[in-house]
Amino acid sequence: MLYREAGQFKVTYSEDLAIFPIRQDRVALAILLGIAFIGVPLLANFHIWPFGSDYLLRAILLPFLILALAAIGVNILVGYCGQISLGSGAFMAIGAYSAYKLGTGVHIPLASLGFAISIPPLPVLLSILLGGLTAAVVGILFGVPSLRIKGLYLAVATLAAQFFFDWVFLRVSWFTNYAPSGSVNAPTLNFFGLVVGTPIERYLLCLIFVTVFAVLTKNLVRGNLGRQWMAIRDMDIAAELIGIRPLYAKLTAFAVSSFVVGVAGALWAFVYLGSWEPLAFSIDRSLQLLFMVIIGGLGSIMGSFVGAAFILILPIMLNLIPTQFGVPLSTETITHLEFIIFGSLICYLLIKEPHGFARLISLGKEKLRLWPFPY
Amino acid sequence: MRAPGTNEILLQVEGVSLVFGGVRALTDVSFDIRKGEIRAIIGPNGAGKTSMLNVINGFYHPNHGAITFKGQTRARMQPFEASRGGIARTFQNVALFKGMSALDNIMAGCALKMRRGLLWQMLRYGPALAEEIEHRHRVEEIIDFLEIEAIRRVPVARLPYGLQKRVELGRALAMEPDLLLLDEPMAGMNLEEKEDMSRFIIDVNDHYGTTIALIEHDMAVVMDLSHRVAVLDHGVKIADGTPDEVKKNDAVIDAYLGVAR
Amino acid sequence: MIALGQFLEVLIGGLMSGVLYSLVALGFVLIFKASGVFNFAQGAMVLLAGLALVRSLDLLVAKGFPLWASIAIGIGFSVVIMAITAWLVERFVIGPLVNQDGLTLFMSTIGVTFILEGAAQMIFGSDAYPLRLFPTDAWFLFENLFPGGILVNKLDVWGGFIAGILVAGLAIFFQRTKTGRALRAVADDHLAAQSVGIPISWIWFVVWFVAGLVALVAATVWGTKLGVQFSITFLALKALPVLIIGGFTSVPGAIVGGLIVGAGEKIAEGFLGPHIGGGIEYWFAYVLALAVLLVRPQGLFGERIIERI
Repeated sequence: MLYREAGQFKVTYSEDLAIFPIRQDRVALAILLGIAFIGVPLLANFHIWPFGSDYLLRAILLPFLILALAAIGVNILVGYCGQISLGSGAFMAIGAYSAYKLGTGVHIPLASLGFAISIPPLPVLLSILLGGLTAAVVGILFGVPSLRIKGLYLAVATLAAQFFFDWVFLRVSWFTNYAPSGSVNAPTLNFFGLVVGTPIERYLLCLIFVTVFAVLTKNLVRGNLGRQWMAIRDMDIAAELIGIRPLYAKLTAFAVSSFVVGVAGALWAFVYLGSWEPLAFSIDRSLQLLFMVIIGGLGSIMGSFVGAAFILILPIMLNLIPTQFGVPLSTETITHLEFIIFGSLICYLLIKEPHGFARLISLGKEKLRLWPFPY
Repeated sequence: MRAPGTNEILLQVEGVSLVFGGVRALTDVSFDIRKGEIRAIIGPNGAGKTSMLNVINGFYHPNHGAITFKGQTRARMQPFEASRGGIARTFQNVALFKGMSALDNIMAGCALKMRRGLLWQMLRYGPALAEEIEHRHRVEEIIDFLEIEAIRRVPVARLPYGLQKRVELGRALAMEPDLLLLDEPMAGMNLEEKEDMSRFIIDVNDHYGTTIALIEHDMAVVMDLSHRVAVLDHGVKIADGTPDEVKKNDAVIDAYLGVAR
Repeated sequence: MIALGQFLEVLIGGLMSGVLYSLVALGFVLIFKASGVFNFAQGAMVLLAGLALVRSLDLLVAKGFPLWASIAIGIGFSVVIMAITAWLVERFVIGPLVNQDGLTLFMSTIGVTFILEGAAQMIFGSDAYPLRLFPTDAWFLFENLFPGGILVNKLDVWGGFIAGILVAGLAIFFQRTKTGRALRAVADDHLAAQSVGIPISWIWFVVWFVAGLVALVAATVWGTKLGVQFSITFLALKALPVLIIGGFTSVPGAIVGGLIVGAGEKIAEGFLGPHIGGGIEYWFAYVLALAVLLVRPQGLFGERIIERI
């Protein structure tokens, strides 16, 4: 009844090709964006529930946005192009540390050649984007083996990237500007004169990044390149035989994915953490991103958001609910429970609905089209 | 019964031999395919028919011999070069992209022709969208032609086998090929589906002028559809000519029915 | 002479730790050979087996049982736990996914990893538990040739011995027994194996159970070396490069791969490390595996993967 498509005719191909061809979807999206861009900052500014304290904004919404962005990146590689990656944490790190170096000035003395390469500190926006670009270049390098090796073997290559870069950012002090403790601080977030500091400002900054990237990646994914990626994923031999070049498709997947993940890494370090160490981007992070994508839905931009939300909310629920019932659990038990629930959920989803929650949601929408009629 | 073509030669197979380990898949096979004709390649199971298509396609590289396509002779060709050159094909076990809808599968066939790069596609509005719509027009014509409008948005994994084969044909047509290789397009179909598919194949040949090379087991279909037939048995060509000639050929009869000893 | 002595010590130490990697890799090869599934959860199984063993052992000893009896009962208990785990995994995870592609099955084993890690620690505790089943002191060989002699850990030698027995046992199992043949059939083609009447559920239960036993053996050796604790699960990650280098389907490959990785790591760390800053062990195995992948994707002993259309 609410979700009827009747009467909505698409008269041109461009209407048919829109991201949200059904009017109800567009309305829902407009409401969501309204809440996100206007509602949340307003409520937070006046400390109205649920933004009574900074906690919800600072510790939940902010990491949610950035991790959702990273999940979009991982989804492009794993969900759309079918190339498994266990090294996304490393690419976040590359984005973060490159942005850091570019934001604080790069100085490479080449004494043997008689001169030095010296770049002054770049504006923050540029550093973040160039950080992403660096990650993209490295991503392409590690994507080259994917032409010859597939599936599990590729997973090992990405693990090699993960562990190698863990080591690089830990041991090569140049990246941390020779900080004795190994942890670094983000440069001031100065965007064309506006300094981003308060939680609301950080939230809005990330929201803008995420919205822009979501639109750009969605465009890519429903166009020619997206189809090429999915063709490679589904049957790469057939894809080659209809004229798709596996080299181009796979490397662009690695490049775009790593770019997005790198930018997310830079945002994670600069905007969320403020000060960080290499551990923030370890294999746990890679697995976490992989889980978000599997649970949320492989091959779905919206799914990346759902997965990120789920992974972030679950530990909080596990903490809150037993406490509400008067049976607080120790942090250890909570961690163990998290493990068991995550693991079970992954197995369950893989068995019942490999396309994750996103598919469950679109199935729900299909049911909604008929509601309240049974068929 | 269709008259043999007298046009120029589009594809020439010369002395092709293919050996896998101990298996001689093809031994010194030569034949040609003329422009605008429907050429059937038949033979008992294991004769090497699919291997022959794979060689023409560039998927297998022959140990000896060469293929000349549109005047260019190559001993080794990459599948990518074959597609770029104008050769499209369908497969015995339907090779559709199971994660995509019928429409997307056919649009994937246009990938060869779509030029707009990464950055334009990210932006979408502007040149990339215009290109997408232009190709969508073409694909819709193919969908119309194959009478699959109702199932465009259905994920192909959910389609019945006969419709999947049709979508695969559509995807091959989207490549606007000069030569279309069909590997057992009627396999597993009932009479009605076979009639539909035959009609489509003839229409493709008439309407688009596409040259077709076809592997098929159903003799009635082969006799009705093709201009000329080549017969393979154990990797060797044993007959070549019009359907009538081939039907009466002793070697062919022996190969299919077995020789009484 | 000093440098040679040092080199030999590092080499032997590396080879020995390589054997220990092989112990874990063997479990992987087993499951991969028999079901085509790469079992990411093998490390978690080592943890589970180790925890079951060490906790029951400690409990029994505390209650006054003689050591030999405690060890026997402890091992028996561990075996039962691994059997239950194998049954549960087959029934609820692998069984339902029987006809899916390798990637889906692999990801499900990642899920199983987390379940096992969480459950094992919740039930048996999450501290580090020392295990003392083997002697942990060392021999000093060739003291007259090299100053101080070459240090060889007794534990490592035991580990090598046990690995040898395991390999021989597994080889006999695969080649000579009916179940072994059935396992190989299942690995080749699930559907075909089912259609000739091979009971897949039973076969997979057997496979996972045997892998669990291998995990138990690995747990006894590694547990003595490092103590039974959560970080043991990271061994699983180290086994990956071993398998890449040796080949996923080869039992001798797992041994050779383990030796190469173990020796390579230690030598690289010892001789290259001081120049680059140390910690090379962390990634050396992976980069080596990557290099092998590019040159010989099937590994040293694995079978060539041919794709058909």
